[in-house]
Amino acid sequence: MPRTAKKNPVDNIFSLVTAAASFSVILLIIGILYVLVSESSLAIGKFGIWKFLSSTDWDPVKESFGALTNIYGTAFTTLLSLVIAIPVAIGIAIFVTEISPNFLKGPIGAAVELLAAIPSIIYGMWGLFTLSPIMSNHIEPFLKKIFGAVPLVGILFQGTPMGIDILTASMILSIMIIPFTASISRDSFNLTPSVVKESAYAIGATKWEVVKNVVIPYSKLGVFGGVVLSLGRALGETMAVAFVLGNNHRITTSLFDAAATITVTLANEFAEADTDIYLSSLFYLALVLFVMSFITLAIAKFFLLRAEKKYSR
Amino acid sequence: MTREQIRKTEGFIALTLSTLAAFLGLFWLVFILGDVLVHGIKALKLSLFLNDPAPPGVEGGGLRNAFVGQLLITLCATLIGVPVGVLGGTFLAEYARGRKIARLISVLADIMVSVPSIVIGTFIYAVLVRPIGHFNGWAGAVALAIIMIPVVLRTTEDMLSLVPWTLREAAFALGAPYYKVITQVVYRGAATGILTGILLSIARVAGETAPLLFTSFNNSFFSLDMKQPVASLTVTIFQYAMGPYDNWHAQAWAAAFVITVFILLLTITGRLIIRWRYK
Repeated sequence: MPRTAKKNPVDNIFSLVTAAASFSVILLIIGILYVLVSESSLAIGKFGIWKFLSSTDWDPVKESFGALTNIYGTAFTTLLSLVIAIPVAIGIAIFVTEISPNFLKGPIGAAVELLAAIPSIIYGMWGLFTLSPIMSNHIEPFLKKIFGAVPLVGILFQGTPMGIDILTASMILSIMIIPFTASISRDSFNLTPSVVKESAYAIGATKWEVVKNVVIPYSKLGVFGGVVLSLGRALGETMAVAFVLGNNHRITTSLFDAAATITVTLANEFAEADTDIYLSSLFYLALVLFVMSFITLAIAKFFLLRAEKKYSR
Repeated sequence: MTREQIRKTEGFIALTLSTLAAFLGLFWLVFILGDVLVHGIKALKLSLFLNDPAPPGVEGGGLRNAFVGQLLITLCATLIGVPVGVLGGTFLAEYARGRKIARLISVLADIMVSVPSIVIGTFIYAVLVRPIGHFNGWAGAVALAIIMIPVVLRTTEDMLSLVPWTLREAAFALGAPYYKVITQVVYRGAATGILTGILLSIARVAGETAPLLFTSFNNSFFSLDMKQPVASLTVTIFQYAMGPYDNWHAQAWAAAFVITVFILLLTITGRLIIRWRYK
């Protein structure tokens, strides 16, 4: 910055205005944290921290609230969606970077990224009207027939497939996070120096061996960052799951059971909470979600920055 | 099988699976968009844009209130979010360029981009809805603006950083103060990029539902009063799709169609501009 710039009064004002605008980001984060903590102070006082996080109660009538069923639902759907999404996303990245003919690279990459532009409410509605009937009539009975009797795994496939359940919600979530993981993986794969790849080809490696033993190890930091970023986004996804998860505050083990995530509970109950402690508990849930996703996203950012540093060297 | 054959088969299987994955991604896109298209066009009528909703269960009616409300909320959010975002990005790329604080705010903004939007809804409820006593349109607009700020801020920062430093030096050499350099040289150089960023951020918030659920809420009547609850397309879709009437479902599909087309057009336009300008 040139030193003369500071002497002009208009310049001082302009720099202050821009500084204020950018500090609004920090203020917002602190403000959100402060407001959520103070709004949930009633519930924090009544249920404490550990007891709230570990209690499975969610009973507006008895005014007894705990977050565990919601956290369980969030964790279950998010992890399941990652399990479905990661192989597909990495497959897409491999296809776009290594297999696809050049004229298809751009269009396929762009098409997959378009998935990220579709609003989540559309996913939710599509899930409710289109995917959920398909799941309950065809896919879930099929899965139940195959895995239902298998010991251990069978627990996941008990109950009547209704289509409004954890599996459908996770499917939709997985479609939503595929573009994030895929595009970050693709960018990381692209950063592998061709010299390294060529030397692997030169000693006779097949294309898959180059991908498996050179490209993926080289770009694992970036891919991992992309996966954690998708995890952070999936944690906070609301509308896509609100339609197809039901709102069931119980710990369930089957993929065919309805459940509740933190976001679904907030979306369904926030505007209807009639007592102070009910509303305060919902704010407490929002606080838990904010902290969870903030930490997850910060970890993702940490890995992506490290990856960036490594590749720019 | 010899070792070579095993390796080749393994490679063939893995590459086929990757190709299938790519087509699975395309399949989802076509499936979802096609479904919205088919259902949406069937339900799309002119009356949808001209009439206000009929009472529940009664045939007919439209979503005029929601279309207008959505535009109003998005417009107000843009008017709040864009100036803050652009100015904030200016600070990071110009006055604080290379400083630790710029780095920190940049990272925090990146995190804020992905923070659950429903949390922002609850925050605004506590700040702008409860003190006033009822849901209102401004609360919805501010909630969307908060989602917009980090998006605009980060793109502005990136776009300003792309303007060559020598261009600024040329202006400094003529004796221009820094603010003049920024507004008359740097902004002009980065104008396309900043505008594209704004387009993409509008596309991002136009589809948001969660932060509107308990801020601007919903309104079955036509209203331009931002101090009262304002209907929005997204919240209406949620309410109608979850409702029991076939008539509602059809209107929800039509609304979904309109909003999807709007957002995809904005996104594709933005992407094309970036491709055309920066590659």
